[in-house]
Amino acid sequence: MSQWMKGLITGAILAAGVTLVATGPWSRAGATSFARMPDGKPNLNGIWAASNTANWNVETHAARQGPVTALGAAFSVPGGLGVVEGGELPYKPEARATRDANGKNWMANDPEVKCYLPGVPRATYMPYPFQIVQSTEPNDILITYEFASASRILHMSNPQEAPVDSWMGWSNGHWDGDTLVVDVTSFVDQTWFDRAGNYHSGALHVVERYRPAGPDVIQYEATIDDPNVFTRTWKMSMPLYRRTEKNARLMEYKCVEFAEELMYGHLNKGAKP
Amino acid sequence: MLASIAGIGGVLLLAWVASGADKYTAPRTAWGDPDLQGQWNSQTSTPLERPIAGALAGKDSISDEEAESLEVKHLNDGDKPPTEGDPGTYNSFWFDRGKGLNRTSLIIDPPDGRVPAYTPEAEQRLAAERAERAKRGPADSYADLPAWTRCITRGWNGIGSNYSSNTQIFQSPGYVVIYQELIHEPRIIPIDSSATLPADVKQWLGASRGRWEGDTLVVETRNFDPRSSYRGSSPDLVLTERYTRTAADTIDYRFTMHDPSVYVKDWTVGRPMRREAGKLTVFEYACHEGNVAMTGILAGARREEKEKK
Repeated sequence: MSQWMKGLITGAILAAGVTLVATGPWSRAGATSFARMPDGKPNLNGIWAASNTANWNVETHAARQGPVTALGAAFSVPGGLGVVEGGELPYKPEARATRDANGKNWMANDPEVKCYLPGVPRATYMPYPFQIVQSTEPNDILITYEFASASRILHMSNPQEAPVDSWMGWSNGHWDGDTLVVDVTSFVDQTWFDRAGNYHSGALHVVERYRPAGPDVIQYEATIDDPNVFTRTWKMSMPLYRRTEKNARLMEYKCVEFAEELMYGHLNKGAKP
Repeated sequence: MLASIAGIGGVLLLAWVASGADKYTAPRTAWGDPDLQGQWNSQTSTPLERPIAGALAGKDSISDEEAESLEVKHLNDGDKPPTEGDPGTYNSFWFDRGKGLNRTSLIIDPPDGRVPAYTPEAEQRLAAERAERAKRGPADSYADLPAWTRCITRGWNGIGSNYSSNTQIFQSPGYVVIYQELIHEPRIIPIDSSATLPADVKQWLGASRGRWEGDTLVVETRNFDPRSSYRGSSPDLVLTERYTRTAADTIDYRFTMHDPSVYVKDWTVGRPMRREAGKLTVFEYACHEGNVAMTGILAGARREEKEKK
Protein backbone atom coordinates (compact mmCIF):
# COMPACT_ATOMS: atom_id res chain seq x y z
CA MET A 1 0.00 0.00 0.00
CA SER A 2 1.43 3.34 -0.97
CA GLN A 3 1.96 6.12 1.57
CA TRP A 4 -0.67 8.04 -0.36
CA MET A 5 -3.25 5.24 0.10
CA LYS A 6 -2.34 4.86 3.76
CA GLY A 7 -2.79 8.58 4.15
CA LEU A 8 -6.15 8.47 2.47
CA ILE A 9 -7.37 5.69 4.71
CA THR A 10 -6.05 7.42 7.81
CA GLY A 11 -7.77 10.57 6.59
CA ALA A 12 -11.02 8.72 6.08
CA ILE A 13 -10.86 7.22 9.58
CA LEU A 14 -10.08 10.61 11.07
CA ALA A 15 -12.86 12.22 9.09
CA ALA A 16 -15.26 9.53 10.31
CA GLY A 17 -14.08 10.25 13.85
CA VAL A 18 -14.75 13.94 13.38
CA THR A 19 -18.23 13.13 12.12
CA LEU A 20 -18.94 11.08 15.23
CA VAL A 21 -17.62 13.79 17.52
CA ALA A 22 -19.60 16.32 15.54
CA THR A 23 -22.96 14.81 16.40
CA GLY A 24 -23.24 17.10 19.43
CA PRO A 25 -24.83 20.47 18.97
CA TRP A 26 -24.99 20.24 15.20
CA SER A 27 -26.59 16.86 15.02
CA ARG A 28 -29.25 15.99 12.51
CA ALA A 29 -32.57 17.32 13.58
CA GLY A 30 -36.05 17.94 12.38
CA ALA A 31 -37.97 16.73 9.40
CA THR A 32 -35.28 17.73 6.91
CA SER A 33 -32.73 15.36 8.49
CA PHE A 34 -30.07 17.95 7.86
CA ALA A 35 -27.05 18.72 10.00
CA ARG A 36 -27.20 21.95 11.96
CA MET A 37 -24.74 24.51 13.18
CA PRO A 38 -24.44 25.43 16.87
CA ASP A 39 -26.71 28.44 16.23
CA GLY A 40 -29.43 26.10 14.96
CA LYS A 41 -29.11 27.09 11.31
CA PRO A 42 -28.82 24.29 8.74
CA ASN A 43 -25.18 23.35 8.23
CA LEU A 44 -24.52 23.82 4.52
CA ASN A 45 -20.77 23.33 4.89
CA GLY A 46 -19.28 20.99 2.37
CA ILE A 47 -18.39 20.45 -1.24
CA TRP A 48 -21.34 20.46 -3.61
CA ALA A 49 -22.02 20.02 -7.29
CA ALA A 50 -24.94 19.94 -9.67
CA SER A 51 -25.31 16.87 -11.84
CA ASN A 52 -27.07 18.07 -14.97
CA THR A 53 -26.44 19.53 -18.43
CA ALA A 54 -27.59 23.08 -17.65
CA ASN A 55 -24.17 24.50 -18.44
CA TRP A 56 -24.73 23.31 -22.02
CA ASN A 57 -28.22 24.73 -22.14
CA VAL A 58 -30.59 25.67 -19.31
CA GLU A 59 -33.49 24.86 -21.66
CA THR A 60 -34.45 21.34 -22.76
CA HIS A 61 -32.16 20.20 -25.56
CA ALA A 62 -31.36 17.09 -27.60
CA ALA A 63 -27.87 15.62 -27.85
CA ARG A 64 -25.81 16.88 -30.75
CA GLN A 65 -22.31 16.70 -32.12
CA GLY A 66 -19.77 18.92 -30.43
CA PRO A 67 -17.88 21.71 -32.17
CA VAL A 68 -14.41 20.13 -32.19
CA THR A 69 -14.25 17.41 -34.84
CA ALA A 70 -11.07 15.91 -33.41
CA LEU A 71 -12.77 15.30 -30.07
CA GLY A 72 -15.63 13.29 -31.59
CA ALA A 73 -17.84 11.70 -28.96
CA ALA A 74 -15.56 12.80 -26.11
CA PHE A 75 -16.75 16.43 -26.28
CA SER A 76 -20.17 16.30 -27.84
CA VAL A 77 -23.27 17.71 -26.22
CA PRO A 78 -25.42 15.45 -24.01
CA GLY A 79 -29.16 15.96 -24.13
CA GLY A 80 -30.92 17.37 -21.11
CA LEU A 81 -34.39 18.12 -19.78
CA GLY A 82 -33.54 21.66 -18.80
CA VAL A 83 -33.79 23.41 -15.46
CA VAL A 84 -36.16 26.27 -16.32
CA GLU A 85 -39.53 26.01 -14.61
CA GLY A 86 -42.21 26.13 -17.31
CA GLY A 87 -39.75 25.09 -20.00
CA GLU A 88 -38.88 28.02 -22.22
CA LEU A 89 -37.18 31.28 -21.30
CA PRO A 90 -39.47 34.32 -21.66
CA TYR A 91 -37.24 36.35 -23.98
CA LYS A 92 -38.31 39.60 -25.56
CA PRO A 93 -38.30 39.01 -29.36
CA GLU A 94 -35.14 41.05 -30.05
CA ALA A 95 -33.38 39.43 -27.08
CA ARG A 96 -34.21 35.98 -28.41
CA ALA A 97 -32.48 36.91 -31.66
CA THR A 98 -29.39 37.94 -29.68
CA ARG A 99 -29.46 34.63 -27.81
CA ASP A 100 -29.66 32.73 -31.10
CA ALA A 101 -26.69 34.68 -32.48
CA ASN A 102 -24.75 34.04 -29.26
CA GLY A 103 -25.46 30.33 -29.56
CA LYS A 104 -24.23 30.17 -33.14
CA ASN A 105 -20.89 31.70 -32.14
CA TRP A 106 -20.61 30.36 -28.64
CA MET A 107 -16.99 29.29 -28.85
CA ALA A 108 -15.95 32.80 -29.87
CA ASN A 109 -18.22 34.61 -27.44
CA ASP A 110 -18.84 32.47 -24.37
CA PRO A 111 -16.96 34.00 -21.42
CA GLU A 112 -16.34 30.47 -20.06
CA VAL A 113 -14.03 29.73 -22.99
CA LYS A 114 -11.79 32.65 -21.94
CA CYS A 115 -11.82 31.59 -18.26
CA TYR A 116 -13.75 34.69 -17.26
CA LEU A 117 -15.59 34.66 -13.95
CA PRO A 118 -18.82 32.80 -14.74
CA GLY A 119 -21.36 34.86 -12.79
CA VAL A 120 -24.40 33.67 -10.87
CA PRO A 121 -26.25 31.33 -11.13
CA ARG A 122 -24.01 29.72 -13.82
CA ALA A 123 -21.13 29.04 -11.41
CA THR A 124 -23.48 26.74 -9.47
CA TYR A 125 -24.15 24.27 -12.30
CA MET A 126 -20.88 24.29 -14.19
CA PRO A 127 -19.26 20.85 -14.20
CA TYR A 128 -16.96 21.76 -11.29
CA PRO A 129 -17.63 21.42 -7.57
CA PHE A 130 -17.86 24.33 -5.17
CA GLN A 131 -17.44 24.68 -1.44
CA ILE A 132 -19.64 26.47 1.08
CA VAL A 133 -17.77 27.80 4.12
CA GLN A 134 -20.36 28.68 6.73
CA SER A 135 -19.72 29.83 10.27
CA THR A 136 -22.34 31.10 12.71
CA GLU A 137 -23.90 34.54 12.51
CA PRO A 138 -22.89 37.33 12.33
CA ASN A 139 -20.06 35.96 10.16
CA ASP A 140 -20.23 36.11 6.37
CA ILE A 141 -20.46 32.93 4.29
CA LEU A 142 -17.98 32.17 1.50
CA ILE A 143 -18.93 30.23 -1.60
CA THR A 144 -15.84 29.31 -3.57
CA TYR A 145 -16.03 27.56 -6.93
CA GLU A 146 -13.34 25.35 -8.41
CA PHE A 147 -13.69 27.00 -11.84
CA ALA A 148 -11.27 29.94 -12.03
CA SER A 149 -11.17 30.29 -8.22
CA ALA A 150 -14.40 32.25 -8.61
CA SER A 151 -15.68 33.21 -5.17
CA ARG A 152 -18.48 35.14 -3.51
CA ILE A 153 -18.80 36.59 -0.07
CA LEU A 154 -22.38 36.38 1.20
CA HIS A 155 -22.87 39.36 3.49
CA MET A 156 -25.09 37.85 6.16
CA SER A 157 -25.81 40.22 9.00
CA ASN A 158 -24.56 43.41 7.42
CA PRO A 159 -26.36 43.75 4.10
CA GLN A 160 -24.51 46.27 1.98
CA GLU A 161 -24.98 48.01 -1.30
CA ALA A 162 -22.48 47.09 -4.02
CA PRO A 163 -19.80 49.75 -4.44
CA VAL A 164 -19.63 48.96 -8.17
CA ASP A 165 -20.72 46.22 -10.59
CA SER A 166 -18.82 42.93 -10.72
CA TRP A 167 -18.70 39.58 -12.53
CA MET A 168 -19.97 37.48 -9.64
CA GLY A 169 -22.40 40.17 -8.48
CA TRP A 170 -22.94 41.45 -4.98
CA SER A 171 -24.50 38.98 -2.53
CA ASN A 172 -26.51 39.73 0.60
CA GLY A 173 -27.79 36.66 2.41
CA HIS A 174 -30.35 35.90 5.09
CA TRP A 175 -32.19 32.88 6.46
CA ASP A 176 -35.84 32.29 5.72
CA GLY A 177 -36.50 29.48 8.18
CA ASP A 178 -34.17 26.69 7.06
CA THR A 179 -33.59 28.21 3.62
CA LEU A 180 -30.56 30.37 2.84
CA VAL A 181 -31.77 33.21 0.63
CA VAL A 182 -29.22 35.25 -1.31
CA ASP A 183 -30.06 38.46 -3.08
CA VAL A 184 -27.55 39.06 -5.89
CA THR A 185 -27.34 42.36 -7.75
CA SER A 186 -24.88 44.69 -9.50
CA PHE A 187 -23.70 42.35 -12.25
CA VAL A 188 -21.69 43.31 -15.31
CA ASP A 189 -23.46 42.41 -18.57
CA GLN A 190 -20.66 40.09 -19.73
CA THR A 191 -21.64 36.72 -18.26
CA TRP A 192 -23.97 34.11 -19.75
CA PHE A 193 -26.23 31.42 -18.32
CA ASP A 194 -24.85 28.60 -20.49
CA ARG A 195 -23.00 27.55 -23.64
CA ALA A 196 -26.19 27.94 -25.69
CA GLY A 197 -25.86 31.71 -25.54
CA ASN A 198 -28.61 32.36 -22.98
CA TYR A 199 -27.68 35.72 -21.52
CA HIS A 200 -28.71 38.72 -19.46
CA SER A 201 -28.07 42.42 -19.24
CA GLY A 202 -26.50 44.51 -16.47
CA ALA A 203 -30.00 44.85 -14.97
CA LEU A 204 -29.90 41.21 -13.85
CA HIS A 205 -31.26 40.55 -10.37
CA VAL A 206 -30.97 37.01 -9.00
CA VAL A 207 -32.58 35.65 -5.85
CA GLU A 208 -31.13 32.28 -4.87
CA ARG A 209 -32.69 29.87 -2.40
CA TYR A 210 -30.65 27.02 -0.90
CA ARG A 211 -33.10 24.69 0.86
CA PRO A 212 -31.77 21.61 2.65
CA ALA A 213 -33.65 18.62 1.24
CA GLY A 214 -31.79 15.79 2.97
CA PRO A 215 -28.41 15.16 4.57
CA ASP A 216 -26.60 15.38 1.24
CA VAL A 217 -28.98 17.36 -0.97
CA ILE A 218 -29.74 21.06 -1.32
CA GLN A 219 -32.69 22.07 -3.45
CA TYR A 220 -31.46 25.14 -5.32
CA GLU A 221 -33.61 27.77 -6.95
CA ALA A 222 -32.64 30.95 -8.74
CA THR A 223 -35.26 33.51 -9.63
CA ILE A 224 -34.12 35.68 -12.51
CA ASP A 225 -35.34 39.17 -13.15
CA ASP A 226 -33.99 41.23 -16.05
CA PRO A 227 -36.57 43.52 -17.68
CA ASN A 228 -34.15 44.43 -20.48
CA VAL A 229 -34.05 40.87 -21.75
CA PHE A 230 -37.09 38.98 -20.43
CA THR A 231 -40.81 39.70 -20.49
CA ARG A 232 -41.23 38.40 -16.93
CA THR A 233 -39.39 36.94 -13.97
CA TRP A 234 -38.49 33.27 -14.38
CA LYS A 235 -37.08 30.55 -12.21
CA MET A 236 -34.62 27.70 -12.54
CA SER A 237 -34.30 24.91 -10.01
CA MET A 238 -32.15 21.83 -9.51
CA PRO A 239 -30.82 19.62 -6.75
CA LEU A 240 -27.21 20.09 -5.63
CA TYR A 241 -25.48 17.00 -4.32
CA ARG A 242 -22.87 16.76 -1.63
CA ARG A 243 -19.55 15.24 -2.67
CA THR A 244 -19.56 12.55 -0.04
CA GLU A 245 -16.10 11.11 -0.67
CA LYS A 246 -14.21 11.40 2.60
CA ASN A 247 -11.26 12.95 0.78
CA ALA A 248 -13.39 15.35 -1.28
CA ARG A 249 -11.48 18.59 -1.85
CA LEU A 250 -11.58 21.37 -4.36
CA MET A 251 -8.59 21.22 -6.68
CA GLU A 252 -7.11 24.26 -8.36
CA TYR A 253 -8.53 25.09 -11.77
CA LYS A 254 -6.71 28.32 -12.51
CA CYS A 255 -7.76 28.25 -16.12
CA VAL A 256 -6.32 31.57 -17.34
CA GLU A 257 -3.27 29.78 -18.66
CA PHE A 258 -5.50 27.36 -20.59
CA ALA A 259 -7.03 30.28 -22.50
CA GLU A 260 -3.84 32.23 -23.24
CA GLU A 261 -2.93 30.56 -26.53
CA LEU A 262 -6.45 31.25 -27.74
CA MET A 263 -6.44 34.87 -26.53
CA TYR A 264 -2.84 35.97 -27.07
CA GLY A 265 -1.16 33.33 -29.24
CA HIS A 266 -1.54 35.46 -32.38
CA LEU A 267 0.64 38.12 -30.69
CA ASN A 268 3.57 35.81 -30.02
CA LYS A 269 6.84 36.32 -31.85
CA GLY A 270 6.75 34.41 -35.14
CA ALA A 271 3.00 33.78 -34.94
CA LYS A 272 1.31 33.47 -38.30
CA PRO A 273 -0.71 36.61 -38.97
CA MET B 1 26.63 30.09 26.86
CA LEU B 2 24.29 31.79 24.43
CA ALA B 3 22.12 28.71 24.39
CA SER B 4 21.83 28.68 28.15
CA ILE B 5 20.91 32.36 28.23
CA ALA B 6 18.28 31.67 25.62
CA GLY B 7 17.14 28.72 27.76
CA ILE B 8 16.75 30.89 30.85
CA GLY B 9 14.97 33.49 28.75
CA GLY B 10 12.60 30.83 27.54
CA VAL B 11 11.87 29.62 31.06
CA LEU B 12 11.21 33.19 32.20
CA LEU B 13 8.97 33.78 29.21
CA LEU B 14 7.06 30.60 29.95
CA ALA B 15 6.68 31.63 33.58
CA TRP B 16 5.38 35.01 32.45
CA VAL B 17 2.93 33.47 30.05
CA ALA B 18 1.82 30.94 32.67
CA SER B 19 1.16 33.76 35.14
CA GLY B 20 -1.42 35.03 32.67
CA ALA B 21 -0.06 38.58 32.84
CA ASP B 22 -1.50 40.58 29.93
CA LYS B 23 -2.19 37.38 28.09
CA TYR B 24 -4.75 37.85 25.37
CA THR B 25 -7.10 34.98 24.75
CA ALA B 26 -8.55 34.82 21.28
CA PRO B 27 -12.34 34.63 21.08
CA ARG B 28 -13.71 31.23 20.13
CA THR B 29 -15.98 30.11 17.34
CA ALA B 30 -19.24 28.46 18.35
CA TRP B 31 -17.49 25.07 17.97
CA GLY B 32 -14.52 26.04 20.12
CA ASP B 33 -11.71 26.95 17.71
CA PRO B 34 -9.82 30.24 18.10
CA ASP B 35 -11.71 32.76 15.98
CA LEU B 36 -9.68 34.51 13.28
CA GLN B 37 -12.65 35.55 11.15
CA GLY B 38 -13.07 38.95 9.64
CA GLN B 39 -11.28 41.38 7.36
CA TRP B 40 -7.54 41.89 7.73
CA ASN B 41 -4.83 43.92 6.02
CA SER B 42 -1.11 43.32 6.28
CA GLN B 43 0.40 46.09 4.15
CA THR B 44 3.60 47.56 5.50
CA SER B 45 6.35 49.77 4.11
CA THR B 46 8.96 47.79 6.07
CA PRO B 47 11.12 45.93 3.55
CA LEU B 48 11.57 42.15 3.50
CA GLU B 49 15.32 42.46 4.02
CA ARG B 50 17.34 44.84 6.18
CA PRO B 51 19.36 47.31 4.11
CA ILE B 52 23.05 46.41 4.02
CA ALA B 53 24.12 50.03 3.76
CA GLY B 54 22.96 53.35 5.19
CA ALA B 55 21.49 54.28 8.55
CA LEU B 56 19.53 51.05 9.03
CA ALA B 57 22.37 48.63 8.35
CA GLY B 58 23.13 46.45 11.36
CA LYS B 59 20.08 47.72 13.28
CA ASP B 60 17.16 45.43 13.99
CA SER B 61 14.65 47.83 15.53
CA ILE B 62 13.81 51.49 15.17
CA SER B 63 11.71 54.01 17.10
CA ASP B 64 8.14 55.04 16.23
CA GLU B 65 9.48 58.35 14.90
CA GLU B 66 12.01 56.62 12.66
CA ALA B 67 9.33 54.22 11.39
CA GLU B 68 7.04 57.13 10.61
CA SER B 69 9.70 59.14 8.80
CA LEU B 70 10.52 56.07 6.67
CA GLU B 71 6.84 55.75 5.85
CA VAL B 72 6.78 59.39 4.67
CA LYS B 73 9.97 58.86 2.67
CA HIS B 74 8.39 55.87 0.88
CA LEU B 75 5.34 57.99 0.04
CA ASN B 76 7.47 60.84 -1.29
CA ASP B 77 9.68 58.50 -3.31
CA GLY B 78 6.56 57.08 -4.94
CA ASP B 79 5.57 60.55 -6.12
CA LYS B 80 8.92 61.39 -7.74
CA PRO B 81 8.76 61.82 -11.51
CA PRO B 82 10.28 58.96 -13.51
CA THR B 83 13.71 59.34 -15.08
CA GLU B 84 13.90 60.30 -18.73
CA GLY B 85 12.88 57.50 -21.07
CA ASP B 86 11.00 55.66 -18.32
CA PRO B 87 7.22 55.77 -18.88
CA GLY B 88 6.75 55.67 -15.10
CA THR B 89 4.09 53.88 -13.12
CA TYR B 90 1.38 54.71 -10.60
CA ASN B 91 2.16 57.37 -8.03
CA SER B 92 1.64 56.99 -4.29
CA PHE B 93 -2.05 57.78 -4.57
CA TRP B 94 -2.59 54.38 -6.18
CA PHE B 95 -0.34 52.37 -3.92
CA ASP B 96 -0.89 51.33 -0.36
CA ARG B 97 2.57 51.53 1.17
CA GLY B 98 1.19 50.62 4.55
CA LYS B 99 2.41 51.29 8.03
CA GLY B 100 6.06 51.12 8.96
CA LEU B 101 6.93 48.60 11.66
CA ASN B 102 9.45 49.15 14.43
CA ARG B 103 11.76 46.80 12.63
CA THR B 104 14.19 47.27 9.77
CA SER B 105 13.20 44.04 8.01
CA LEU B 106 10.24 41.68 7.86
CA ILE B 107 12.69 38.80 8.19
CA ILE B 108 12.99 38.03 11.88
CA ASP B 109 15.20 35.00 11.51
CA PRO B 110 18.10 34.78 10.73
CA PRO B 111 18.84 37.72 13.02
CA ASP B 112 20.66 39.68 10.29
CA GLY B 113 17.30 40.21 8.61
CA ARG B 114 18.47 38.84 5.27
CA VAL B 115 17.41 35.89 3.11
CA PRO B 116 20.06 33.23 3.78
CA ALA B 117 22.59 32.41 1.08
CA TYR B 118 21.64 30.01 -1.69
CA THR B 119 23.22 26.58 -1.71
CA PRO B 120 25.69 25.95 -4.57
CA GLU B 121 23.05 23.69 -6.15
CA ALA B 122 20.48 26.50 -6.11
CA GLU B 123 23.01 29.08 -7.41
CA GLN B 124 23.62 26.77 -10.34
CA ARG B 125 19.94 26.22 -11.05
CA LEU B 126 19.09 29.92 -10.83
CA ALA B 127 22.02 30.85 -13.09
CA ALA B 128 20.87 28.27 -15.64
CA GLU B 129 17.31 29.66 -15.46
CA ARG B 130 18.58 33.21 -16.00
CA ALA B 131 20.73 32.12 -18.96
CA GLU B 132 17.77 30.30 -20.50
CA ARG B 133 15.54 33.34 -20.04
CA ALA B 134 18.18 35.67 -21.55
CA LYS B 135 17.95 33.79 -24.83
CA ARG B 136 14.49 35.26 -25.31
CA GLY B 137 13.15 38.79 -25.59
CA PRO B 138 11.11 40.37 -22.81
CA ALA B 139 7.79 39.33 -24.36
CA ASP B 140 8.35 36.81 -27.16
CA SER B 141 5.35 34.89 -25.85
CA TYR B 142 2.64 35.33 -23.24
CA ALA B 143 4.45 32.62 -21.30
CA ASP B 144 7.48 34.93 -20.89
CA LEU B 145 5.49 37.25 -18.64
CA PRO B 146 5.09 36.75 -14.90
CA ALA B 147 2.03 35.03 -13.42
CA TRP B 148 1.03 38.40 -11.89
CA THR B 149 0.91 40.14 -15.26
CA ARG B 150 -0.88 37.16 -16.78
CA CYS B 151 -3.47 37.31 -13.97
CA ILE B 152 -3.00 33.62 -13.21
CA THR B 153 -2.26 34.03 -9.51
CA ARG B 154 -0.55 36.19 -6.94
CA GLY B 155 0.56 33.06 -5.16
CA TRP B 156 0.14 32.37 -1.46
CA ASN B 157 1.05 35.98 -0.93
CA GLY B 158 2.50 36.15 2.55
CA ILE B 159 4.24 39.30 1.51
CA GLY B 160 1.47 41.46 0.11
CA SER B 161 1.00 43.33 -3.13
CA ASN B 162 1.57 47.06 -2.55
CA TYR B 163 -2.17 47.57 -2.83
CA SER B 164 -5.29 45.73 -1.71
CA SER B 165 -3.33 43.32 0.51
CA ASN B 166 -6.65 42.41 2.02
CA THR B 167 -7.84 39.08 3.28
CA GLN B 168 -11.04 37.86 4.79
CA ILE B 169 -10.77 34.78 6.96
CA PHE B 170 -13.65 32.31 7.01
CA GLN B 171 -14.00 29.33 9.34
CA SER B 172 -16.26 26.32 9.48
CA PRO B 173 -15.87 23.18 11.58
CA GLY B 174 -12.77 21.52 10.13
CA TYR B 175 -11.77 24.34 7.75
CA VAL B 176 -10.10 27.72 7.70
CA VAL B 177 -10.16 29.65 4.44
CA ILE B 178 -7.80 32.58 3.99
CA TYR B 179 -9.48 34.44 1.17
CA GLN B 180 -7.10 36.82 -0.59
CA GLU B 181 -8.66 39.77 -2.41
CA LEU B 182 -5.82 39.51 -4.96
CA ILE B 183 -6.78 37.78 -7.14
CA HIS B 184 -9.97 36.25 -5.71
CA GLU B 185 -7.90 33.37 -4.36
CA PRO B 186 -9.11 31.21 -1.50
CA ARG B 187 -6.48 29.29 0.39
CA ILE B 188 -8.58 26.38 1.59
CA ILE B 189 -7.04 24.81 4.67
CA PRO B 190 -8.52 21.59 6.03
CA ILE B 191 -7.84 21.33 9.76
CA ASP B 192 -6.85 17.69 9.80
CA SER B 193 -3.94 15.44 9.05
CA SER B 194 -5.46 13.73 6.05
CA ALA B 195 -3.19 13.07 3.11
CA THR B 196 -2.35 15.97 0.87
CA LEU B 197 -1.62 15.36 -2.79
CA PRO B 198 0.88 12.86 -4.18
CA ALA B 199 4.28 14.55 -4.45
CA ASP B 200 4.14 14.89 -8.23
CA VAL B 201 0.81 16.74 -8.27
CA LYS B 202 1.54 20.46 -8.04
CA GLN B 203 -0.67 23.51 -7.67
CA TRP B 204 0.05 27.23 -7.84
CA LEU B 205 -0.98 27.64 -4.19
CA GLY B 206 0.30 24.20 -3.20
CA ALA B 207 -1.73 21.95 -0.92
CA SER B 208 -2.26 23.00 2.70
CA ARG B 209 -3.10 21.29 5.95
CA GLY B 210 -3.71 23.10 9.23
CA ARG B 211 -3.71 22.38 12.93
CA TRP B 212 -4.27 24.34 16.12
CA GLU B 213 -1.42 24.72 18.58
CA GLY B 214 -3.11 26.50 21.46
CA ASP B 215 -4.40 29.77 19.98
CA THR B 216 -2.15 29.47 16.93
CA LEU B 217 -3.25 28.22 13.54
CA VAL B 218 -0.30 26.38 12.02
CA VAL B 219 -0.55 25.80 8.27
CA GLU B 220 1.84 23.58 6.39
CA THR B 221 1.87 23.81 2.61
CA ARG B 222 3.64 21.64 0.04
CA ASN B 223 3.19 20.63 -3.61
CA PHE B 224 4.06 24.02 -5.08
CA ASP B 225 4.07 24.43 -8.84
CA PRO B 226 7.67 25.24 -9.85
CA ARG B 227 6.41 28.43 -11.48
CA SER B 228 5.16 29.73 -8.13
CA SER B 229 8.74 30.04 -6.88
CA TYR B 230 9.29 32.82 -4.33
CA ARG B 231 12.84 34.13 -3.80
CA GLY B 232 14.25 31.14 -5.64
CA SER B 233 12.28 28.49 -3.74
CA SER B 234 11.89 25.05 -5.30
CA PRO B 235 8.82 22.79 -5.64
CA ASP B 236 10.14 21.02 -2.52
CA LEU B 237 9.45 24.09 -0.40
CA VAL B 238 7.69 23.33 2.88
CA LEU B 239 5.99 26.54 3.91
CA THR B 240 4.90 26.77 7.54
CA GLU B 241 2.68 29.68 8.50
CA ARG B 242 1.56 30.64 11.97
CA TYR B 243 -1.48 32.83 12.64
CA THR B 244 -1.86 33.94 16.27
CA ARG B 245 -4.41 36.48 17.38
CA THR B 246 -2.44 38.52 19.93
CA ALA B 247 -4.96 41.32 20.40
CA ALA B 248 -8.51 42.08 19.28
CA ASP B 249 -7.12 43.90 16.24
CA THR B 250 -3.91 41.97 15.54
CA ILE B 251 -2.85 38.64 14.11
CA ASP B 252 0.81 37.89 14.57
CA TYR B 253 1.47 36.29 11.18
CA ARG B 254 4.74 34.48 10.51
CA PHE B 255 5.93 32.16 7.83
CA THR B 256 8.99 29.96 7.66
CA MET B 257 10.63 28.87 4.40
CA HIS B 258 12.10 25.39 4.67
CA ASP B 259 13.76 24.41 1.42
CA PRO B 260 17.16 22.95 2.29
CA SER B 261 18.25 22.34 -1.28
CA VAL B 262 17.85 26.08 -1.92
CA TYR B 263 18.74 28.00 1.27
CA VAL B 264 21.62 27.20 3.60
CA LYS B 265 19.18 27.65 6.47
CA ASP B 266 15.48 28.21 7.11
CA TRP B 267 14.19 31.75 7.29
CA THR B 268 11.20 33.32 8.97
CA VAL B 269 9.19 36.42 8.16
CA GLY B 270 6.86 38.28 10.54
CA ARG B 271 4.17 40.48 9.02
CA PRO B 272 1.39 41.46 11.41
CA MET B 273 -2.18 41.59 10.15
CA ARG B 274 -4.43 44.42 11.29
CA ARG B 275 -8.13 43.87 11.73
CA GLU B 276 -10.14 46.11 9.44
CA ALA B 277 -13.66 44.99 10.34
CA GLY B 278 -16.14 47.71 9.50
CA LYS B 279 -13.48 49.65 7.56
CA LEU B 280 -12.75 47.24 4.76
CA THR B 281 -14.90 45.36 2.29
CA VAL B 282 -13.15 42.68 0.29
CA PHE B 283 -14.18 43.27 -3.30
CA GLU B 284 -13.94 41.23 -6.49
CA TYR B 285 -10.55 41.69 -8.18
CA ALA B 286 -11.35 40.62 -11.74
CA CYS B 287 -7.76 40.71 -12.96
CA HIS B 288 -7.89 38.53 -16.07
CA GLU B 289 -11.24 39.91 -17.22
CA GLY B 290 -9.83 43.42 -17.38
CA ASN B 291 -6.35 42.48 -18.52
CA VAL B 292 -5.54 44.72 -21.46
CA ALA B 293 -1.87 44.78 -20.44
CA MET B 294 -1.12 41.38 -21.99
CA THR B 295 -2.32 42.47 -25.42
CA GLY B 296 -0.54 45.81 -25.03
CA ILE B 297 2.78 44.29 -23.96
CA LEU B 298 2.82 41.61 -26.64
CA ALA B 299 1.61 43.91 -29.44
CA GLY B 300 4.15 46.52 -28.32
CA ALA B 301 6.98 44.00 -28.46
CA ARG B 302 5.96 42.93 -31.99
CA ARG B 303 5.77 46.57 -33.10
CA GLU B 304 9.23 47.26 -31.68
CA GLU B 305 10.68 44.30 -33.58
CA LYS B 306 9.12 45.56 -36.80
CA GLU B 307 10.54 49.04 -36.33
CA LYS B 308 14.03 47.70 -35.62
CA LYS B 309 14.11 45.78 -38.89
